[in-house]
Amino acid sequence: MPQTTEFLEAMQANGYDFYAGVPCSLLKGVIRRFDEEPEWGYISAVREDSALGMAAGAFMAGKKPAVFMQNSGLGVALNAIVSLDVIYEIPTLIVVSWRGKDGQDAPEHLVMGEIMTSYFDNITLGEMKGLPWRILNPDTIAEDVAAITKEIDERKVPGALIVAKGILDASS
Amino acid sequence: MKALDDRPTVVCNGMIGREAFTAEDRGQNFYMIGSMGLGLSIAIGVAVTQPDKKVLCLDGDGNVLMGAGVLASAGALDLKNLHHVVLDNESHGSTGGQATISDKIHLEQIAKASGYAYAERVAADQLEAALPAFLEREGPAMLLVKVEKGNVKGIGRVTHTPPEITARFAQACQG
Repeated sequence: MPQTTEFLEAMQANGYDFYAGVPCSLLKGVIRRFDEEPEWGYISAVREDSALGMAAGAFMAGKKPAVFMQNSGLGVALNAIVSLDVIYEIPTLIVVSWRGKDGQDAPEHLVMGEIMTSYFDNITLGEMKGLPWRILNPDTIAEDVAAITKEIDERKVPGALIVAKGILDASS
Repeated sequence: MKALDDRPTVVCNGMIGREAFTAEDRGQNFYMIGSMGLGLSIAIGVAVTQPDKKVLCLDGDGNVLMGAGVLASAGALDLKNLHHVVLDNESHGSTGGQATISDKIHLEQIAKASGYAYAERVAADQLEAALPAFLEREGPAMLLVKVEKGNVKGIGRVTHTPPEITARFAQACQG
């Protein structure tokens, strides 16, 4: 099955029904599907933290939210993650691209690319040592979505599905 | 708070949340204790999910300025059930009363230009008379209230833990 279709089916199968975000070229296949298929209800947010705020509101009003962003947006998103999602125990799936992976990218992406997984490991609070993250493997898309979902739901925390180049770039 | 019937209300962080809690605590209040600037985003998430419920964001000038781009989201989404009351004291109350810049710019005009169906400013002594009709308007609607700077002495802090606030607000939204 084409990867973006498989990914979107996995999102539905795991109960996600609220989508918001800020795009990335590495996620453009998914965002294009959202744009072409309004039934997804995707909200194009003005900032990554705003998308997380909307997701928190939607969660409390009864939805299961996922937020899409480029990893450059993790800087903007940090306060929403730690002072909203973590302390209020709001599980949100953050589907985040991995620009700057292996040091191969434009200069503005290199730092965030290098600290990608440690960003989540370093969000700690007492007993909570880091937020869950998982790197999306194109061969195990359904399993990866299910596994990260299970972890964020059980721990009631936000968590990340990290998407490298070449997996969700195409719209099929 | 009495005019608010049972509508879910997202209350921004800072003194406004503490004052709302002290004036009349209610399960329909989501007290933001951090994440400054995100009150309107949270309210949008509720309003999109529960289109048959009226939703209020009780905000301050510092919060609106910090999340000003989100005014455009509220306008673009054309949320008929979203009301936005901004208590504008032209200062950051909980950090020592430092000036914002809302004495020089008109937040309600930014809201209008961002696609709000209604956005007007009133003086504090007009609030009580204006509020009931405002809360029945078609949204997105902003009522900006010019209030005096300064904090009430001895005002309480929100005593509920954040997970408790989440649970009871969720119940109010989904009930």
